[in-house]
Amino acid sequence: MDAAVFFIAAAVILVGAVGVVVRANPVHAALSLVLTLFGVAVMFVLQEAHFLAAVQVIVYAGAIVVLFLFVLMLLGVDRAENLRTEPLAGQRPAAVVVGVVGLGLLLLALFARGGEIVTGRPSQGEPISGEGADIDKLARSLFSDYVFAFEVTSVLLVIAVLGTVLLARRPPRQVPTDEQAGA
Amino acid sequence: MMLAALEPTPSWYLVLAALLFTIGAVGVLVRRNPLVMFMCIELMLNAVNLSFVSLASALDDVSGQTVVFFVLVVAAAEVVVGLGIVVAIQRRRPGATADDLAALKG
Repeated sequence: MDAAVFFIAAAVILVGAVGVVVRANPVHAALSLVLTLFGVAVMFVLQEAHFLAAVQVIVYAGAIVVLFLFVLMLLGVDRAENLRTEPLAGQRPAAVVVGVVGLGLLLLALFARGGEIVTGRPSQGEPISGEGADIDKLARSLFSDYVFAFEVTSVLLVIAVLGTVLLARRPPRQVPTDEQAGA
Repeated sequence: MMLAALEPTPSWYLVLAALLFTIGAVGVLVRRNPLVMFMCIELMLNAVNLSFVSLASALDDVSGQTVVFFVLVVAAAEVVVGLGIVVAIQRRRPGATADDLAALKG
């Protein structure tokens, strides 16, 4: 049963990921990204990470993709690109070669030890198995071992919000665009 | 049926994560639209999250899931700042692709 769910979710993930790369229209690419993110959420549920699956759907599929679509609509760049012409000669074959070599290296690193895929000592931190929901254990880990990182994260978010407001603010006086300056 | 008896092992998830990461990396190399390049970076982050979660359950350690939580937060911050930069660039140069931004001057 789990294997069937795995294969269906894996197919959804890979179809969505390929869609992000090959779709000419950026809006379609964003919707393919939703497909991949939902597939990853299914994988999280399959591995008993229920809280992370919920966060994945809410934050990624909800907030981040909506932000992408919002910017696409705001800028009016929701037109299909011309993917036929290759701007840089030989870029795509080179990218595919880099991808295949990278994948080969990743798989080599995975299977270099034969059957022993997962190395390392188990349960250095708090174990997941045992009584209680995964959200309880995650919260205990987050607010004890990783509490400093958690606090730094809040600083990061404040900096990100301030930086974005400054970046996206309209300049006080109208700066001419390149086209206007050239004309 | 054979499929019913099979249980997914950590290596299945790690191979899937490697595939997903590769697709994202090729996407960043191939696409020129900065927004689509961001989406491909999200694909790579998701691949890493998937491998963190599968290793967390394989090693029975909740720290892997905690790291995924932080990756989610950093990804959200990265997207917000990145899209802010894209909006600022597109306002000055409508229709700019990543190739047009080779020189870091206004």
